Amino acid sequence: MEKFTRLAAIAAPLLRINIDTDAIIPSREMKKVSKTGLADGLFAGWRYQAPGSREENPDFILNQEPYRRAKILLAGMNFGCGSSREHAVWALHEWGIRAVIAPSFGGIFHGNCVRNGILPVVLDNAVVETLAALVQANPAKNLLTIDLDDCTVVAPDGTTHVFTIAQADREMLLEGLDAIALTMKRDDEILAFQGRDRLRRPWVYL
Amino acid sequence: MGRSIIEKIWAEHEVADLGDGTSLLYIDRIFLHERTGSVALKELAAAHRRVRNPEQVFCTMDHIVDTLPGRGDNTRMPGGIEFITQTREAARAAGINLFDLGDDRQGIVHVVSPEQGIALPGLTLVCPDSHTCTLGGLGTLAWGIGSTEAEHALATKTLVVKRPKSMRVTFEGELLPGVTAKDMILRLIGEHSASGGVGYAVEFAGSTVRGLGVEARLTLCNMGVEFGAWTVIIAPDEKVFDYVQGRPFAPRDVVLEEALGHWKTLHTDHDAHFDREITVACDRLAPQVTWGTSPQHETAIDSVVPDPAGETDPNRRQSMERALEYMALTPGTPLSEVPIQAAFIGSCTNSRLTDLRAAAEILQGRKVAAGVKAICVPGSTQVKHAAEREGLDRIFREAGFEWRESGCSMCFYAGGESFGQAERVVSSTNRNFENRQGPRTRTHLASPATVAASAIAGHLADVRRIPSRG
Ligand code: SF4
Repeated sequence: MEKFTRLAAIAAPLLRINIDTDAIIPSREMKKVSKTGLADGLFAGWRYQAPGSREENPDFILNQEPYRRAKILLAGMNFGCGSSREHAVWALHEWGIRAVIAPSFGGIFHGNCVRNGILPVVLDNAVVETLAALVQANPAKNLLTIDLDDCTVVAPDGTTHVFTIAQADREMLLEGLDAIALTMKRDDEILAFQGRDRLRRPWVYL
Repeated sequence: MGRSIIEKIWAEHEVADLGDGTSLLYIDRIFLHERTGSVALKELAAAHRRVRNPEQVFCTMDHIVDTLPGRGDNTRMPGGIEFITQTREAARAAGINLFDLGDDRQGIVHVVSPEQGIALPGLTLVCPDSHTCTLGGLGTLAWGIGSTEAEHALATKTLVVKRPKSMRVTFEGELLPGVTAKDMILRLIGEHSASGGVGYAVEFAGSTVRGLGVEARLTLCNMGVEFGAWTVIIAPDEKVFDYVQGRPFAPRDVVLEEALGHWKTLHTDHDAHFDREITVACDRLAPQVTWGTSPQHETAIDSVVPDPAGETDPNRRQSMERALEYMALTPGTPLSEVPIQAAFIGSCTNSRLTDLRAAAEILQGRKVAAGVKAICVPGSTQVKHAAEREGLDRIFREAGFEWRESGCSMCFYAGGESFGQAERVVSSTNRNFENRQGPRTRTHLASPATVAASAIAGHLADVRRIPSRG
């Protein structure tokens, strides 16, 4: 997995609340049993003129300069709610997004981000709105800087906002770790647990 | 201090405490389906990793398969066949339990796992599907994960989970006739928003919940994810113990006795602590229906489309305005005057036998209004057969409903079948998101009874006010 340490980038504000994973990648855009080939389908319902078409809707923010080059998304409350489809995160990543800043996230989506090298940053709604206003004033110049080492977002005016993230999530992102390999180091513990559990709860073991 | 049911199950499954409130949890059962499970199995094989304990892993075909009679691997979804055949191959290679097309055990994943006794009280169960929380209705600690986490669970039989905050929602009061678990959960979300449960593991309790049958509890828990919760659970009682016994993967004989002894300890102690407590009064609850594009956009069927002007929170106001535009509704319109073009009964929320019975009770001797396309998709092949044995299929058909094979069907638009542009659907499903049931399709969520009543009326209808039969 790609590491996340520090990022200074263009941020695109998409401040609607409850943006669900069906909106991030509509089901009809998930055409193959694959983690790739999804960037084209990102926000397809909003990004293109008509369902199934590839004619861009100029009103949609990610179709506008300089937001086409955004690596950070500023979003409203409960971003990524709904379906568990990890394709939402794969599509964002493939398109170029490396971090999403929002007041809250759908739980499964949050976990999926961490496992795919996208940093989910939780900041108060008022802060997200302030950041959006600062960015919009001059989007190409007013970059946001996110540092996962000290858990800060630095606004274009120099204001620093500290965020919190679970220790395990932070380490996974900083190191770009393979979660399965990490857990496999505890294989003995897992097997010992199973041995005890089999006696304690025999009905679980088919 | 006492412990909650979730704390008890958590402690029992903790393989290791990883610090910072994070645990390595043992996972008892893993369920997959052809939409997201296929990627997990494929990636796992590509990484040369094996499924640990394949006998505890299950897979069904529900999301992409057609639900039209005579279906095969070919689906109306472009590229759909690839999901089906690749899942089949991967499932066979991994040696997991597969409920394939043509298998009597096939159906929607969250309908099949209680039905087959795969979900049981006190077990941990995960599935790369957000509605896995449905199984909380049996007292199972079950939650939805992504495909990468599913790979982790398959390879290690564990997951790394950060302990969520705790919440108890107490539903109190006796439901009026015509009011169901679906109306209860819509009300909770309407009152406390689609993100009200974010970061929480939620216990549903109270006299109304205790009064619900097991299938209704599954409906209640199904939409826990629409409340934003990590998962939801209901402490199992005698109704649940009766329900699970005799099911194919449930314990029998001596082991059953042992299990029952354990299951009876799975309740919240009276002095357990919750980070948040909410009460929902149910004694005057009316049937609910959504008017917008989030499950929190809901209100009583006998009220009107709300006015965003009355909303003080600017984010919520904006979301309401956008929703009304998408739904083509004007504030102040009585909901029971909103005409519909389609009615759908199905999905992991409301397609079990009791749901079909509730709808059939209203449909019997009545006809779907002219111009309304009405479809019923039983939640599993077994539900379909049981309904047919009772003659419910005849009632649906005679009323003018299509009677389908089981699957997710038009609960979501996968690129194949849809309800179509600007069509307005009353639906027993769980998501009214923009484009969820088809490009520009407008969805109104409601209980199966409300869907049936609306199908007959040709507009959203109050099930308590349907005219008497012909
Ligand atoms: S019925 Fe709908 S909500 Fe349920 S699992 Fe299938 S697609 Fe998901």
